[in-house]
Amino acid sequence: MKSKSNSFSLIRVWEILFAGLFMILIWQAVVWTTKVESFILPAPLAVANAFISQFSLIWHHTLITAIEVLVGLVLGVVAGILTALNLTISKRGRQFIMPALVISQTIPVFALAPLLTLWLGYGLASKIAMAVLIVYFPVTSTFLDGLSNTPKGYLDLAHTMRSPNRSTLMQIRVPAAIPSLTSGIRLAAVYAPIGAVIGEWVGASNGLGYLMLLANGRVKIDLMFAALVALCVLTVTIRAIVGLLCNRLEKWSGLSERN
Amino acid sequence: MSADNPAKLGLRLSGTFSYNERPLFSDLMLELLPGSWTCLLGSSGIGKSTLLRLLAGLETGGSFSGSISASDKLPLDGRVAYMAQSDLLLPWLTVQQNVSLGATLRKEPLNNEKIDYLIRKVGLEDYISNKPGELSGGMRQRCALARTLMENTPLVLLDEPFSALDPFTRRQMQALSYSTLKQRTVLLVTHDLAEALRLGARIYAMTQDKLEQFDLPACQSIRELDDPNMLDIQSRIFSILNA
Repeated sequence: MKSKSNSFSLIRVWEILFAGLFMILIWQAVVWTTKVESFILPAPLAVANAFISQFSLIWHHTLITAIEVLVGLVLGVVAGILTALNLTISKRGRQFIMPALVISQTIPVFALAPLLTLWLGYGLASKIAMAVLIVYFPVTSTFLDGLSNTPKGYLDLAHTMRSPNRSTLMQIRVPAAIPSLTSGIRLAAVYAPIGAVIGEWVGASNGLGYLMLLANGRVKIDLMFAALVALCVLTVTIRAIVGLLCNRLEKWSGLSERN
Repeated sequence: MSADNPAKLGLRLSGTFSYNERPLFSDLMLELLPGSWTCLLGSSGIGKSTLLRLLAGLETGGSFSGSISASDKLPLDGRVAYMAQSDLLLPWLTVQQNVSLGATLRKEPLNNEKIDYLIRKVGLEDYISNKPGELSGGMRQRCALARTLMENTPLVLLDEPFSALDPFTRRQMQALSYSTLKQRTVLLVTHDLAEALRLGARIYAMTQDKLEQFDLPACQSIRELDDPNMLDIQSRIFSILNA
């Protein structure tokens, strides 16, 4: 079982590397064949050059964005979990908060970015808030869905065992909802960087989003692409780590079909 | 282990049950013999499981008017153990944790001695730390049986607990359940006539409009079906169910 999952993830790593290489080749081919100006589309090699020569600058901004994403992700996931638990416990909460939650989703998070910057300033707080907002709903709704779909047999069993509601929730409904929760968290891991970068575009003095705008303004398109590559690497890394943690949680729950 | 044998309890259910004003069964009367097995037979959808769920105090989705009374006149609440067709083992818990689930849920102190005793009794002592995903169907059902026994209730309701097992494992499980649930009042819902005849002290054959009762000769162990008396009862029940 274990070797199977290891070889599976090894294949995945090769697949990702191969896909990346393939995209770089196409990119290079487009640059060669169209002879497009380097300030429109720089060649991969130029971007690599910019990446290496400005590594410390990119690294500094990557760290800032990474902090925003990770803090936002953790807070958003925790808030989502707590909301879903509360909505499960309280019928009134479901009646009032759930419609409000759904309506709130009709407001594009992007439109809130300027407001958040206005309220929370140009620092980390407004970007973290953006990441939290973008992560919160998928986690809440997937976990709530899982909590409301506990296999009926388990609940029957708990009933005949005279289990208090709280025990049934914590010992049966929560573990049974783990696959739903982890699918929400996997989504959140990809969404959180989007939130942080949008926040940085709207107003920031640090972070990869800020660096991209800055490079764009100075027509340093190679640097802009290098920042974009750093963002991709950051997102893929966070997604991979979150994926591993989620796999572990699913394996513990015994409900995983992946492993 | 004296705590392993709670006092024998008789039970009587009488009344009418309907779904959306349409009666599923009416003026029905079911009586469970104290300390022995009663089997409820009938085709699918006839209302067997609904009857069992009523006794277990579980959601049925319909309305019941009538009475359910225990021989000691006390409420049934908390004196019923339930075992379903699927073993309902929680996949994230080990065999030991599944067996002690009831106490854990009720936040009662765990009686480790009894847990170990019951796990040995169902032959799972080498799998104490394994999770259900690592067990065979028969082993899982044995674990569910140990969990049911752990509840130590006088009334045990079994809703087709052996129907998903292969014939050989099924026979083993029937024998194990029969011996471990001795002295308990058991209601077994099944659609397997042979199973009912092997295990039941009383059999109810449930049809659309009635519940026919058959009392079988007393027997210390599981019955063999080649007895001429049994063949006669078998054919009578068959004709009722086929009518």
